[in-house]
Amino acid sequence: MDILIYTVLTLCALGVLAAVLLYFVARKFKVEEDPRIDEVEKMLPGANCGGCGFAGCRAMAEALVVRDDISELFCPVGGGDTMKSVASYLGKAAPEKEPRVATVRCGGTCEKRPRTNTFDGASSCAVASSLYVGETGCAFGCLGYGDCEAACAFDAIHVNPETGLPEVDADKCTACGACVKACPKNIIELRKKWPKNRAIYVSCVSKDKGAVVMKACKAGCIGCGKCVKVCQFDAITLENNLAFIDSDKCRLCRKCVNECPTGAINIIGLAPLPKEPKPAPAAKLSASETPAAKPSAPEAVAAKPSAETPAKQDNAPQAAPQSVDNKQEQ
Amino acid sequence: MKTFPIGGIHPSDEKKWSKGSAVETMPLPDTVTIPLSQHIGAPAVAKVAKGDKVLTGQLIAEAASFMSANIHSPISGTVKSVDMLPNAQGLRQMMITIVREGDEWVEGIDRSTELVRECDLTPAEIIERIKNAGIVGMGGATFPTHVKLSVPAGKKAECLIINGVECEPYLTSDYRTMLEFGERLVVGTTILKRALGVEKAFIGVENNKPDAVAHLRELVASMGAEGVTVVPLKVRYPQGGEKQLIAAVTGRQVPPPPALPIDVGAVVCNASTTVAVYDAVQKNKPLIERVVTVTGKQVASPKNLLARMGTPISSLVAFAGGLPEGDVKVLNGGPMMGRAMVNPDAPVTKGCSGITVISGAEAHRVKESACIKCAKCVSACPMGLEPYFLSKLSRKKAWDVVEAHNVTDCIECGSCQYTCPAGLPLLDYIRLGKQTVMGIIRARAAKK
Amino acid sequence: MANKFFVSPSPHIHGAQSTQKIMADVIIALLPAFCVSVAVYGWGVLALMAISIASCVLFEYLIQKFFIKGECTVGNLSAVVTGLLLAFNLPLGIKWWIVVIGAFVAIAIAKMTFGGLGKNPFNPALVGRVFLLVAYPAQMTSFPAPTVEGFVDAYSGATPLAAAKAAAKKFAEHASEVADKAADAASGATAATAEAVKDFDYASVDFTGMLTGAMSGSVGEIATLALLLGFVYLLWQKVITWHIPVAVLGTMGVFAFVVALCKGGDASLLWSFPLFHLLAGGAVLGAVYMATDYSTSPMTVRGMVIYGIGIGVITMCIRLWGAYPEGMSFAILIMNSVVPLLNKYVKPKRFGVK
Repeated sequence: MDILIYTVLTLCALGVLAAVLLYFVARKFKVEEDPRIDEVEKMLPGANCGGCGFAGCRAMAEALVVRDDISELFCPVGGGDTMKSVASYLGKAAPEKEPRVATVRCGGTCEKRPRTNTFDGASSCAVASSLYVGETGCAFGCLGYGDCEAACAFDAIHVNPETGLPEVDADKCTACGACVKACPKNIIELRKKWPKNRAIYVSCVSKDKGAVVMKACKAGCIGCGKCVKVCQFDAITLENNLAFIDSDKCRLCRKCVNECPTGAINIIGLAPLPKEPKPAPAAKLSASETPAAKPSAPEAVAAKPSAETPAKQDNAPQAAPQSVDNKQEQ
Repeated sequence: MKTFPIGGIHPSDEKKWSKGSAVETMPLPDTVTIPLSQHIGAPAVAKVAKGDKVLTGQLIAEAASFMSANIHSPISGTVKSVDMLPNAQGLRQMMITIVREGDEWVEGIDRSTELVRECDLTPAEIIERIKNAGIVGMGGATFPTHVKLSVPAGKKAECLIINGVECEPYLTSDYRTMLEFGERLVVGTTILKRALGVEKAFIGVENNKPDAVAHLRELVASMGAEGVTVVPLKVRYPQGGEKQLIAAVTGRQVPPPPALPIDVGAVVCNASTTVAVYDAVQKNKPLIERVVTVTGKQVASPKNLLARMGTPISSLVAFAGGLPEGDVKVLNGGPMMGRAMVNPDAPVTKGCSGITVISGAEAHRVKESACIKCAKCVSACPMGLEPYFLSKLSRKKAWDVVEAHNVTDCIECGSCQYTCPAGLPLLDYIRLGKQTVMGIIRARAAKK
Repeated sequence: MANKFFVSPSPHIHGAQSTQKIMADVIIALLPAFCVSVAVYGWGVLALMAISIASCVLFEYLIQKFFIKGECTVGNLSAVVTGLLLAFNLPLGIKWWIVVIGAFVAIAIAKMTFGGLGKNPFNPALVGRVFLLVAYPAQMTSFPAPTVEGFVDAYSGATPLAAAKAAAKKFAEHASEVADKAADAASGATAATAEAVKDFDYASVDFTGMLTGAMSGSVGEIATLALLLGFVYLLWQKVITWHIPVAVLGTMGVFAFVVALCKGGDASLLWSFPLFHLLAGGAVLGAVYMATDYSTSPMTVRGMVIYGIGIGVITMCIRLWGAYPEGMSFAILIMNSVVPLLNKYVKPKRFGVK
């Protein structure tokens, strides 16, 4: 019986001793911190993606609390709403930024850009791009080993095995920019996010001359400049044989889309403008010969599939309606 | 027998395919393409334009800075274009295209085969001639030779080492050069000795080439080349690496970067380069041709070819019997460090010591599986690094850790990946890590 | 063109080594010991190994298929090696279901939970063995006499280490009794023990028998000579380097020598005591085949030597002063846990740095 009592007493005494010790240690080594940091951190999404430029959400929260002017800080994941609530909690002016979305600017699918060799090294775009031109003749296009996919913390970008190109899930994309940094070819751009995920952009980053581009890829920008002339908003610039549409200036008027001889200007979530003359379904059928391509509404294209057009060209018009469907489902 | 201190592997040397065939001269090409960047450093600046007539040996592009090299026309004819053309890796590069019309040489080049032994030039004059001839390291590194020979103030060269190791499997161009152009090599060695002002010169040759060792020893003795020693070395890859060779021959280890071989008093020069030095100094002949080994297990007749720069590699391969059917990997260089090509029409350049054709199942990499931590890569690394760790961390993009673990020491010899039983692409990622870290270091230096 | 061009970064050739070949070499290296074991104990050994290997392979296959859902890794033969080594560490005549439990612990708990080959921090076969040793101590330490009639008559139920330990314990108890009685502890004890209880006589141990399999023990540890033959094969095939085995055995020898020196006694103890410890129990099996397991041993040569020395010291401490007669398994497992630390702090010698 004695043993029992002693044991219990000893244990209790030990417990009390430890508690006292812990109390004083905690008091002594307590770090004074602005309690608002914790609160702000809670408001942030907690993805720790680094899209804001800080190491993680905690670091971002600290910066938000400490800095007087937070107009430079922006959480791309939480977006404007999060920034607004954080700003109102802190009593500071909320930074405004238009929502953005990652956009893959390469249209060189497996069919449009024939493979000339097989890459057998480590499956990494960075490794392949530092070694050589890539599996195709295009030195600028997507390599397709998915460095962007590996970098994405939000499961928003995936390489489609059929096209060999990454596709962005615009609803999941937070525009954190991880894929932009990961892409060694600088193909991915953060562009203005339109309602319903609409977009018009030049799906090519090749700075090669037109002839070189055409040899390597059927969907490349050849730098002809037709889109530049037709644009009424000065949104399109041509530099180094490459057209670029500034997403902040573009109004989605769609005029450039019809001008492009190679179909390098991608249009998503919108029907292309009906062109004056007869609507021909095979927009890219004779792309290189007839500069003024004649696209029709996606419905018309979908209604007239492979029957008379060879499979090769058939793929191109179908790509557009597919992506439209995708977006509408989400 | 001497060798380097740590790491190394013993791949099958595969020299039997081409070692027996004497150097043949390639027929002159109809068209040549000359890249302006055939060396480490700034690309040369073109001195000719479309339509210009050029003669063989004429300067067509001038060194852009000290760390650059002159380029001479390998044939006579008309400049067709100066434009961006795809190189062996398919990447566009500035090149001069010349269409051949006969083979008319510029004045002042001694084309006789007579051996000129005496050299009374001063070191500065020798270096000037080497610089004018556009000579770069012909073992593959393409480091401008005149830069190497210009010892910086405060440092002193103590010995010259001629690199006749050729540790890359398959390649035999240096071997044939040593056997057939031994006299020029020995005279070239004495010239380089004179340029550096050193007493001692060593010619390092691996002992899988005993005939080359014997031949050179005989020549050194009969020609009375003072202070030149032929050093047979134990076969071990990567003995031909500059740092490994210095350690093998002198026992001194070059400290980690940014230290250079000159910090331990050594200057290393490739055997073929030494012959080119002889040609430049004694014959006034610029670097416009070189010996290229075309080899492979399934190449019909592997050869050692003396080809003009700018000759399409495809024509060399065709001369050796063409590519075997099926899957191939065509390498610019040997199988350990050579670069795979996608454009066989790319030209022979100053650093192209061989074309190796790997065919059939060997053209594919072995299948990758999980790392079993066997530590074979660690014991194979000649630089004392931990390849498994560097590779893993590079894959995870932990650049700071990779840098702290001395990734910049890596000489990219490939020993780790060769030895890996799991077939992991160790060097692919380590190289990526090295390149990224070097970029970070450069950016940091630029900031300061 | 009929050619298909392949492109990859250098190097473009690969050595002959592969995981599968390495594992096959380990199996080949274990064959001589296996043969001796069959010769000594009969075909029961084969059944034991078959059960062990089959269950290891089966567990790995099932876990890989249904839990990890990855590619089948049975083909790399690592599970076969684990099964073989586990069987080598068991006494003959153990119940078949105990073997299966051991295999389950080895593969499912010690190996696959960490992600499979190369990721396990502890040697799977040893985890299996130690688990069984703790869970089924009686079954794991009853060693049957060999079934081959008249082969050697040196077998008894106890292993040499167990016998030595028992004798030493008796010796020590007796000594302390005497010491209690005697006023002068030191001189009294020495004098009294010499007459009454004899310590284990190391010099008269049948060392030739211990080399060739005439010793009681687990099925794989009895034939030291055969195990050393396999060691030579592994060195020749460059599967392992000499560092770990030599460090382990060397440390054990030196340690035993020092202990013998401290013990005083006659000169024959100076050679017989270290030799006994090197040959008895699982010293060679552990040093050559268990301690060298790739994923649970250090990556650098210096690390390997430190690791080996650690194993040697811990083994001897357990053997001489611990509760168990044999300490090899525990020593290896303890040093396994130090390996990540060794990998972190013991770096290879960098080229160009003195």
